Amino acid sequence: MQDFLFFIEVLVGGLLSGIMYSLVALGFVLIYKTSGVFNFAQGSQLLFAALTFVCLNERGIPMWGAFVVTLAIMILVGVLIERVVLRPLVTQTQMTMFMATLGLSYIVEGAAQLLWGTEVHSLELGIDDVPLNLAGVSVSQFDLVAAAVAGSMVALLTFFFNYTRMGLAFRAVASDQLASLSVGLRLPRIWAAVWAASGLVALVAGILWGARLGVQFSLSLVVLKALPVLVLGGFDSIAGAIVGGLIIGAAEKLSEVYLGPYLGGGIEGWFAYVAALGFLLVRPTGLFGQRSVERV
Amino acid sequence: MTSPALETQTLPARSFGASEMTGTLGVLALAFIVPSLVGTEYMFNAILAPFLALSLAALGLNLLTGYAGQASLASAAFMAIGAFAAYNLNLRVPGLPMIASLVLAGFFAAGFGVIFCLPGLRLRGFYLAISTLAAQFFVEWATNRFKWLSNDSQSGVVDAPPLQAFGYTVTSPLGKYLVALTVVSLLTVFVARLVRTQTGMNFIAMRDNELAATVIGVPIFKSKMLVFAISCYIIGISGVLWAFTYLGTIQAGYGGFGLGRSFSVLFCIIIGGLATIRGAFLGAAFMVALPLLLSRAGGYFFEGLNAGVLENWQKIAIGALIIVILIFEPDGLSALLDRVTKRIMGGKEERAS
Repeated sequence: MQDFLFFIEVLVGGLLSGIMYSLVALGFVLIYKTSGVFNFAQGSQLLFAALTFVCLNERGIPMWGAFVVTLAIMILVGVLIERVVLRPLVTQTQMTMFMATLGLSYIVEGAAQLLWGTEVHSLELGIDDVPLNLAGVSVSQFDLVAAAVAGSMVALLTFFFNYTRMGLAFRAVASDQLASLSVGLRLPRIWAAVWAASGLVALVAGILWGARLGVQFSLSLVVLKALPVLVLGGFDSIAGAIVGGLIIGAAEKLSEVYLGPYLGGGIEGWFAYVAALGFLLVRPTGLFGQRSVERV
Repeated sequence: MTSPALETQTLPARSFGASEMTGTLGVLALAFIVPSLVGTEYMFNAILAPFLALSLAALGLNLLTGYAGQASLASAAFMAIGAFAAYNLNLRVPGLPMIASLVLAGFFAAGFGVIFCLPGLRLRGFYLAISTLAAQFFVEWATNRFKWLSNDSQSGVVDAPPLQAFGYTVTSPLGKYLVALTVVSLLTVFVARLVRTQTGMNFIAMRDNELAATVIGVPIFKSKMLVFAISCYIIGISGVLWAFTYLGTIQAGYGGFGLGRSFSVLFCIIIGGLATIRGAFLGAAFMVALPLLLSRAGGYFFEGLNAGVLENWQKIAIGALIIVILIFEPDGLSALLDRVTKRIMGGKEERAS
């Protein structure tokens, strides 16, 4: 019984941290779905957002104010990125655009640290991190709040994609760019909106991850945690990002606890990738990725 | 060799033309002779050694990504495998000549490459690229975890033994340069020939349209395995050069052959030009020269600036330059070079490709 409770505890911890991965993965999915760009700069955007938020807050701006200001900055940055970097590359291959976002991540990281310095900031959101005891299983309160926030982000995005005019336009662009151009959708405006939305996701993810890990340079490496989630869930599926995140989070924690001792620890760096790979060998399009029909 | 559809191909499989041959020989002669006469220690250690090793890595990746269309973000992992294999073969197998351990090291990288390419048989594009990160992080972890790989050294850093060949011990910067140059030249000629053979054509067909290639009878499974093996062999050897002729040390974990190194190899081929031989060299030259030039310029213009700030500016500059090149010359420096030569030649020489 004790073992079983412990197992549940590890599993729940894993699932909750998995939602945090999903949140980062969402930022990727948003942009990939609508413009086919694999935005590696997502991690540095996240770092930039978290740093800006924390530093504004430290300079005496209340949290909600800092949130609004940072959000405005992130939207501006997103729109700028789309306008200056990606629009000139729109006819290029996906690989080229990916490389551009790699270059972009250097710029954003450099700029973030130039502006706000390189020291580690701690971020206190006012959530007590005392474990709650639910039916004998202790669960971190912070994790619960983070999961709730992530969950509502997902609900918000799903609602947006499915029930608003703009969301419909997003989906149209995602399924066929040329066709959506021909029915009069304004692609540049839509892309700008997507980048702005990814700025919002980066900010929320940045604050949550920042509160967990401390706001510092290594925050931008959080993307590496989100990549297996993407591979597993499919690059173009919001549902996939959620389920993928849960699976990866749980698999990672369970493997760390039950397999880690045999392998010498530290396996969380690669285990998620190998798990995703094994899964992909069976289902190459991921959990929910669309199987595209190829024509020669 | 037995792909029926490509047997009577009409593609201009350019044989080595006379002018091209003299050009190549000329470059080689220059590369062998000029640095021997005017090279300084700084030039060998800080510029030419990393340039050659990085070029070779880029050449290997360009074969995989540029010619065969299989994206990989794990170049550094295979460099690490090459370097560690060479070190351990040399250390642990008694009586094995140094040269043999260097050559064999590449096969270790090739072997791992084939294992990690297995998912690649079913994945494409970014799914493949991200999956290769599994190799990257696994190797980073494994080199840290298994201390015997770095001879149980506490710091995880070991000295690469001096190169020995045919009874000579190579210690001078010039000697190391000549060894590296010989290796790079041989492998470059090999790749340049390979991409013009039937096998190379198969790679290109696979890249352009895998389904169509299957339909006309290109053996996809065999070609993919082969291209991963060859490319990883070359990248593995480049890791050997990186450790033995450039750094002189082999470092375990992230500090040695980290993700950043993988990205810089990828930058080399994108900036240099995909699916070109010289693209690998141009890109590597760019990636080696840029940080040096930037830090020189930084030291000159902003003398009082502290190192951290300067580093951030450098980062921004590198990122911006990469984006600028991608926007204005998406086919890379190789295409730029083509245009410049054409303009100088007055557009007389129309090139077939």
